[in-house]
Amino acid sequence: MLLKRLSAAFGPPGQEGEVRDLLRREIGPYVDKIWTDALGNLLAEKKGLEEGAPRVMLTAHMDEVALMITHIEDTGLLRFKTMGGIDQRILVSKPVVVGVKKVPGVIGSKAIHLVTPEERKRAFMLRDLYLDIGASSREEAEKLVTVGEGAVFNSSFCLLGDNRVRAKALDDRVGCSALVEILQRQYPVTLIAAFTVQEEVGLRGARVAAFGKDIDLALVLEATMAFDVPDSKPHETVTYLGGGPALTIMDRTLIADPALLASLRKTARERKIPYQLRRTGTGGTDGGAIHLTEDGIPTVVMAVPCRYLHSPASVIELSDYHHLVDLTSAFLSELTEGRADK
Amino acid sequence: MKNILQRLIYAFGPSGKEEEIRSVLKEELAVTGLQLKTDALGNLIATKPGQGGRLMLAAHMDEIGLLVTHIDDKGFLRFAPIGGQDPRNLLGSRVVFADGTMGTIGAETIKEAKDLKIDKLFLDIGAATSAQAEEIVQIGSPAVFAPHFSHQGDRIIGKSLDNRAGCALLLAVIRDLPPVDYHLDFVFTVQEEVGLRGARTAAYHLHPDLALAVDVTRTGDTPESPPMAVELGKGPAIKIKDTSLISHPRVRDLLKETAHSRGIPFQLEVLARGGTDAGSIHLSREGVPSGVISIPTRYVHSPAEVIDYRDLTNAASLLSAFMQQEQLFPDL
Amino acid sequence: MVDLDILRRLSEEAGVSGSELKVAEVIMEALRPYTDSVARDILGNVIALKKGEGGQPRPRVLLAAHMDEIGLMVTRVEEGGFLRFTTVGGVDVRTLLGQEVIVHGVHSLPGVIGAKPPHLQTPDQRKETITGEKLYIDTGFKDKEKLEQIAPIGTVATIDRNLQLLTEGRVAGKALDNRAGVMVLLGCLQELMGIKHCADVYGVATIQEEVGIRGAITSTYKINPDLGIAIDVCHGDMPGTRGDEGYPLDKGPAIGCGPHVHHQLFRALKDSAERVGISYQIEPSPTPAGTDAWGIQIARSGIPTALISIPLRYMHTSVETISTRDLYETTRLLVAFIQGLKSSFVEGLLCY
Repeated sequence: MLLKRLSAAFGPPGQEGEVRDLLRREIGPYVDKIWTDALGNLLAEKKGLEEGAPRVMLTAHMDEVALMITHIEDTGLLRFKTMGGIDQRILVSKPVVVGVKKVPGVIGSKAIHLVTPEERKRAFMLRDLYLDIGASSREEAEKLVTVGEGAVFNSSFCLLGDNRVRAKALDDRVGCSALVEILQRQYPVTLIAAFTVQEEVGLRGARVAAFGKDIDLALVLEATMAFDVPDSKPHETVTYLGGGPALTIMDRTLIADPALLASLRKTARERKIPYQLRRTGTGGTDGGAIHLTEDGIPTVVMAVPCRYLHSPASVIELSDYHHLVDLTSAFLSELTEGRADK
Repeated sequence: MKNILQRLIYAFGPSGKEEEIRSVLKEELAVTGLQLKTDALGNLIATKPGQGGRLMLAAHMDEIGLLVTHIDDKGFLRFAPIGGQDPRNLLGSRVVFADGTMGTIGAETIKEAKDLKIDKLFLDIGAATSAQAEEIVQIGSPAVFAPHFSHQGDRIIGKSLDNRAGCALLLAVIRDLPPVDYHLDFVFTVQEEVGLRGARTAAYHLHPDLALAVDVTRTGDTPESPPMAVELGKGPAIKIKDTSLISHPRVRDLLKETAHSRGIPFQLEVLARGGTDAGSIHLSREGVPSGVISIPTRYVHSPAEVIDYRDLTNAASLLSAFMQQEQLFPDL
Repeated sequence: MVDLDILRRLSEEAGVSGSELKVAEVIMEALRPYTDSVARDILGNVIALKKGEGGQPRPRVLLAAHMDEIGLMVTRVEEGGFLRFTTVGGVDVRTLLGQEVIVHGVHSLPGVIGAKPPHLQTPDQRKETITGEKLYIDTGFKDKEKLEQIAPIGTVATIDRNLQLLTEGRVAGKALDNRAGVMVLLGCLQELMGIKHCADVYGVATIQEEVGIRGAITSTYKINPDLGIAIDVCHGDMPGTRGDEGYPLDKGPAIGCGPHVHHQLFRALKDSAERVGISYQIEPSPTPAGTDAWGIQIARSGIPTALISIPLRYMHTSVETISTRDLYETTRLLVAFIQGLKSSFVEGLLCY
């Protein structure tokens, strides 16, 4: 399963090499041209069947939230900082792997027996935590890891309950996987696929991905928050698993192009593909950067609802993923109008 | 200008849903003979082609608003803010949807004032069930403060004077267009309130040599207000600095000199928090010398903002005189 | 080793974000003798070009050091000759009490940031932090109108501080963030005069870094280089800093790594340091914001970018402290890198 291999790949922001190499191999047979840019975005062009058809950019980001090793103590323990929005409270007692060689380690903290009752009430913050790879000294640690290397959660990919998946980095390997599937089919329009870097640290790759490529419209494939869990009020759920891909109306970085959004919804209705609307104004995606490129690019975001985003183990429902692929493919197949309406 | 301003205030136009305000502006511009164009994000660009330099004048046409995110069983709506909304202004306000549907904003039981957050508020449109509500609005429907315009003495009270006042000002200048030879683009931008977005792509597209934004600014002339040396009725403010921009010294000085020589009253503005379209424009491509003419405004982002009409007419005189300055494009 | 006269002029000259003209003139004057062209661009960035040898296309290298400094800006002129102000950039307001300042009006005015005598304060008040709104600059003028003519709203002010020569080659002063970086930029272009190199080197002293990395965004777009290196300062080690919070003085330049830095460029800088025997440190940073490297990297379709930092103690105060030895070593590192730069290396930067 491609999603499983993508999820397992190591890809902190700026260190997406393993994900990129995997994707490059996967899309090779289905595209006309593959290249990388100065930031490490993986780009591909797939020519449309129709002459003068619109040029559509499809993006999914390769990076995942991660830790960065920032200091090695004399004791061989590693200090770290977060890359991307991780709730510091979830870090304690988690296994991780460090660097592309995937050196195993754990995030340790003072044991409960050694802390005062007052300290127990306080959540663990970054300064209280360290990463233990078993090294007994700085010298030993330096043989295995270097300062600046990333570390990601070491959690397993597994099928869960009714057609659901639990894994790390589903944000946004689920979008990467969908984009690979989409590229396997033929469309009237020309596709420019951008597997972007550094989304989690400020939409960095997306800021440059669309520049100079004469893009008519863009579709961003993402994973987004689902909060359909106990004790969440109905208006706080944002999205729910099993309701189909979530379309963004507005988030912190983007107001989706209304015409594009309307025609996506029309396609979904006509093809009887379930979808839902993302019910919050918060969060941000690569779409925020893409739509402001050059003269402006009409952009929409479609996302697989995902519980426990940015944690070691998030959960999606596979039907949502398949419906995302189906809706995108159907929409692209119907996009036959020429470029005059740009 | 008052009639136009009133018409603009009554036009619906939250960020991302500017169709109605855009079409009103188009109508107003139709008689001017300028070339009209709407770009990919929805900016309305009115062009007078010319030679010897390119001047971009921008006023955002969008306003702050709300976006429906949830409809509950009893027909109450939850919402996300569009732009900078203060929950203290929202509670008890009346809002209106694009089709004219009215709503009022209520709050869950709140014990302390500091707990008044937007997620504790809800919108009541008079529906008794979710089905009834969904006949009128959908998730994703935007709303704005119910329009209001009144004119008392020299003062105007209204909603969305930010930045319909700026739009009215540009229209007034267009109606009485100074005789200039250079290339002129008037841009009514979208999505300023959510991050100076329309101005960014418009500036890239138009590639101006010089740019001015026209927008509102805050004042320090109300009881116990934060210190700020801008007052209503003392003339348009020439911006020195805000969070998004430090005005280009040449543009700033030329504005000051213009006001001086024409005897137009003006004030200098250092805005501690806030930004304008010029913040986006000046960083476009290799950089665009940019400045801002601000209209002093009280209670910015509330349902009832207040300006002094004389500031608006003086701002129009300042802009018009500025456009006729000879040293606009010294590098060309 | 390091021309202290120039460093002194750079540190003492005023150049608050948005008002960089005076320091720009010092920089341009210094650059003229050893570059092929020097000019200010439309927003005020100083751009110098030192051409390389050999045929086109030559690699185009951008070296950027911001020349602006944090400072104060007048927001209101009050009766009695007092100026209320706001901060420009991240000024720690607690460091302002009792400072001598220069108000850069129509002509320069001395002033002092007044402080309430301790006798008039209660013990509790003495523990409170004074907020910016309570502070004012006393210019000594009695007449408000006269003062308004000289120092209208928008006038900037800086701390009146001479560069202090400390022991063991260390110096302290205001605005060493980032005049130290500018000093390295000048030194590097000067050294390149006597050295064969194939790259065209664009040295840019950027504006408005402290208020939002602004000059780097537009100047990089304009130059469109094959690679860019930002030269800035990083936190020096001080009591209470952990190993990843401050970098020791005199241990050489800190080479940045993280999402904002191109891997091959990072390696090439390390290799250059090792080749010519320069001691260096590694500065990891998980988020790329905060230096000109942030603006350079995302210009156009992306620019391979690196960051070199000079360790500096007490950042954003008027007693910023650096080691001149680090300045010299940072300069040497950049020279060594440019000297060894080949077209083939630049071409490889797009291949991941």
